[in-house]
Amino acid sequence: MIPASFDYVAPTSVADALAALAEAGDDAKVLAGGQSLLPILRMRLNAPEKVIDLGRIEELKGVSEDGDHVVIGAMTTYADVLASDLVRQHAGLLTDAIAEVADPQIRHRGTVGGALVHADPAGDVGAPALALETEFVITGSGGERTVAAADFFQDLFETAVGEGELLTAIRVPKHTGWGHRYEKFVRVSHQWSIVAVAATVRVDGGTIAEARIGLTNMGSTPLRATAVEQALVGKAATDEAVREACAAAAEGTNPPSDLNGDSDYRRHLATVLARRAVLAAAGA
Amino acid sequence: MREAGKGAGAEPREDDVPDLATLSGAGLVSGLRKGDAVTVQSRTTPAVSFTLNGAPIEVAVEAGVSLLDLLRERLDLTGTKKGCNQGACGVCTVLVDGRRVLGCLTLVAQLDAREVTTIEGVGTPEQPHDLQRAFIGADGFQCGYCTSGQICSALGMLRELADGVPSAVAEHVAAQPGSSELEMRERMSGNLCRCGAYNGIVDAIAAYADAAGGHR
Repeated sequence: MIPASFDYVAPTSVADALAALAEAGDDAKVLAGGQSLLPILRMRLNAPEKVIDLGRIEELKGVSEDGDHVVIGAMTTYADVLASDLVRQHAGLLTDAIAEVADPQIRHRGTVGGALVHADPAGDVGAPALALETEFVITGSGGERTVAAADFFQDLFETAVGEGELLTAIRVPKHTGWGHRYEKFVRVSHQWSIVAVAATVRVDGGTIAEARIGLTNMGSTPLRATAVEQALVGKAATDEAVREACAAAAEGTNPPSDLNGDSDYRRHLATVLARRAVLAAAGA
Repeated sequence: MREAGKGAGAEPREDDVPDLATLSGAGLVSGLRKGDAVTVQSRTTPAVSFTLNGAPIEVAVEAGVSLLDLLRERLDLTGTKKGCNQGACGVCTVLVDGRRVLGCLTLVAQLDAREVTTIEGVGTPEQPHDLQRAFIGADGFQCGYCTSGQICSALGMLRELADGVPSAVAEHVAAQPGSSELEMRERMSGNLCRCGAYNGIVDAIAAYADAAGGHR
């Protein structure tokens, strides 16, 4: 339970962090909040030569507004996103999900950017970020590029962030006035999701006009339940209609089997949680 | 109340403290009280200055050393306990800038210019904090191993309630936080008690919050 020795640097700008990353190459690990990385180092699942701590880069922290988007710096803690009125008002699905992340102690140090790049499929921010069609701002020595949510999550613990690059911000399109709910199924309150469903819907006159559904821990990456989204459009927000549409929630998924449940059980959970999430999001 | 380490047959703690010459090799610049029992190795030992229980401290430890190991192994502040050492149990909860965090998942190197409060900064055996008295009054523990973490966590939790931080059990997360027992249990969910003294813990926090006229 003692990490292998490493060099430690704590740059104060993105430019300096990129320079440190370029110099160290793939022998370096980037430290965000450390709530996943520090256990990994301690269990020696990874033994980097150098740890680059982003914690002193002020430009990576905070929530701001940019036209139709809410911009969240990659080093903003869960707690600061949870407390953000901007996020609550325009991307309430993210607030819902972050209230369910681990426990308050973890949320005070863990960061949204760190979690997204770590890309654990049981993590709680991936599915809402995907459902909200978030844009990921990735910075490298050649400048900034923006990656769509659908292209960001590539595989288990793998994202579009390449070698020598950093996720610097996420841009969440405003979903002002949309209903939202994150339904997380766990045995004890601060556990990783066995399965969770992130739903945000726009209801117009009792009818679901648009729906976006993200699935947590139903495959090696967060997934969109597109079949459910399509089936919901134009439906009344009633128990029966929503139940019917959500029967397709596990379509195209490949959930894991483990001590918490086998994959068939998870497929069943997805349909149940999707129905609950959509009904709650629709205010029904 | 019996002081730690002063039980029948126990040697006085002072005998365990090595002299300063031994300590200088541990990499601590000041604030030193006990020798180096940690074998973490690192090629860099960043110097870090922060405030610990109201007093300034400067240390230079290997980059891999956690706040928890610094407190227990090098500063002899053993009120903060080590449980799982991987962020699952909450036993090592301390306050950094008034916010509750886990000592095991915080590197000393990350503490520059921060303000750290441990249970030793909350109260003393002679002058316990009102919340500590409330834990005694309500039997908020059995073995006591999780208690310092519970108390630091509860202090942070009550501040979060006062600040209107949302929680997952509220009807809508955006609603002003409520004061139900369920709400308090959710907000304290990061602190496990394997004796199962949860009822007493909730009663203690509620009694303290009521007496303090604060939120609950």
